[in-house]
Amino acid sequence: MSFVTGLKCRECGESYEIAALNVCEYCFGPLEVQYDYAGIKAAVSRETIEARPQNLWRYRELLPIETEPRIGLYSGYTPLVKAERLAAELGVDELYVKDDSVNHPTFSYKDRVVSVAITKAIELGFDTVSCASTGNLANSVSAHAARAGLRCFIFIPDNLEQGKVIGSGIYKPTTVAISGNYDDVNRLCTEIADKYKWAFVNINLRPFYTEGAKTYGFEVAEQLGWKLPQHMVIPTAGGTILPKVAKAFEELIDVGLVDAAPSRIYSAQAGGCAPVVNAIHRKSDLIEPVKPNTIAKSIAIGNPADGYYVIKAVEKSGGWGESVTDDEIIAGIHLLARTEGIFTEPAGGTTVAVTKKLIEQGRIPRDESIVISVTGNGYKTIEAVAPGIPKPQVIPAKLSDFDALYEAAGEPPLSDKAVNG
Amino acid sequence: MAIHRFYLTYSQEQIKEPVIYQVARKYDVITNIRGASISDHIGIVALELEGEEDVIDEAVAWIAEQGIKVEPIQKNVIE
Repeated sequence: MSFVTGLKCRECGESYEIAALNVCEYCFGPLEVQYDYAGIKAAVSRETIEARPQNLWRYRELLPIETEPRIGLYSGYTPLVKAERLAAELGVDELYVKDDSVNHPTFSYKDRVVSVAITKAIELGFDTVSCASTGNLANSVSAHAARAGLRCFIFIPDNLEQGKVIGSGIYKPTTVAISGNYDDVNRLCTEIADKYKWAFVNINLRPFYTEGAKTYGFEVAEQLGWKLPQHMVIPTAGGTILPKVAKAFEELIDVGLVDAAPSRIYSAQAGGCAPVVNAIHRKSDLIEPVKPNTIAKSIAIGNPADGYYVIKAVEKSGGWGESVTDDEIIAGIHLLARTEGIFTEPAGGTTVAVTKKLIEQGRIPRDESIVISVTGNGYKTIEAVAPGIPKPQVIPAKLSDFDALYEAAGEPPLSDKAVNG
Repeated sequence: MAIHRFYLTYSQEQIKEPVIYQVARKYDVITNIRGASISDHIGIVALELEGEEDVIDEAVAWIAEQGIKVEPIQKNVIE
């Protein structure tokens, strides 16, 4: 049973029937899925959710689908890692990492939004799905389309590195590289979406796509024992995930699954692409577009579609926004790897580094619960950290050579106890 | 005839220029402002342009040449 009641413009309030539509015809505001929350409250409980399979569909009453889920049956429900060693480094009492670097099947949080968008695309009768992407989104759309047996078109700029193309190409989508500057490529993609009427997951299916991001917030609350974190640091790229985590927390309160409690949300961006954080610092809700220049390419979006709503959600929660340099981002990746054994991409390095900065600024108190969002996997972006990884030392295959190396490194010689114990 | 929708982002220096008036005089396009937000720092205008496809393309290119950022109303869709 579905509790979706329709689409509504976030700006002027105009209502629309459920369709592949993302922008209000009157004011150009974005459309948002509406639900019957009273009905949901009567239908779900912590117990019903906990009894379901551990995937993102366990919150299906709060997701915009009408039929049984078709894909994403292994997506979501990623670990909420209690990060004790990182907490000790940062000097805080209670710290968690919500780790979507191990999301199924393409190792990023995009598997959530794409699962919902493609399920909706099938419900609406589309046979072709598409997106414009330089990385994680294209990987996820290609993989999910393959599993669903749908035609898939991926649009990329023509200067994209070969490695990024392979991550999607393996699933055999039709990949089209477009030459021109960023703005030209971006505009052409929207024109193709207008003309060809395919299911462009982040364009005409955007109202459904973004709803999938709520599952990241639902899971954090459930994994904390059905309570909200006091502080949560989330990266901002297109501006999808942060407002939707805020919405997830509000919905959990509305339907009686968690108690209302203050939960501050912080936007994390790279200094080389921080249009939202800049606006937060200016205390403005107008975003000045920027030309990205950062190693954190998966969050390098100069004029985010939902940036305005990030600002509003941060403001409403009592949070803040911060940006960090590329060097701090790299240090963040290393810090998370060294303390928690999690290898994240630069977007995750950004949230780690921003969390550190916010703690040092005193904006996040050291004795309250903190969740750091890790939304992507470091194995996809090894070039970002490769220069800082020492080359292995080569020795002949003789124990005496290793002993010499070990002693030269200033380590005590191996004792029998150490060897045997 | 086609209709395309854009966000125009003006910097502080460009806000005084009557660019929308000028583009309608210069090209055979119908302009329709659907929303606007202006601060002392930045101006954002939601604009609909109606005309032949190639004329809209030329009009958009001319607006961009004036130093104004022209983007689809979906803003950045390459994620």
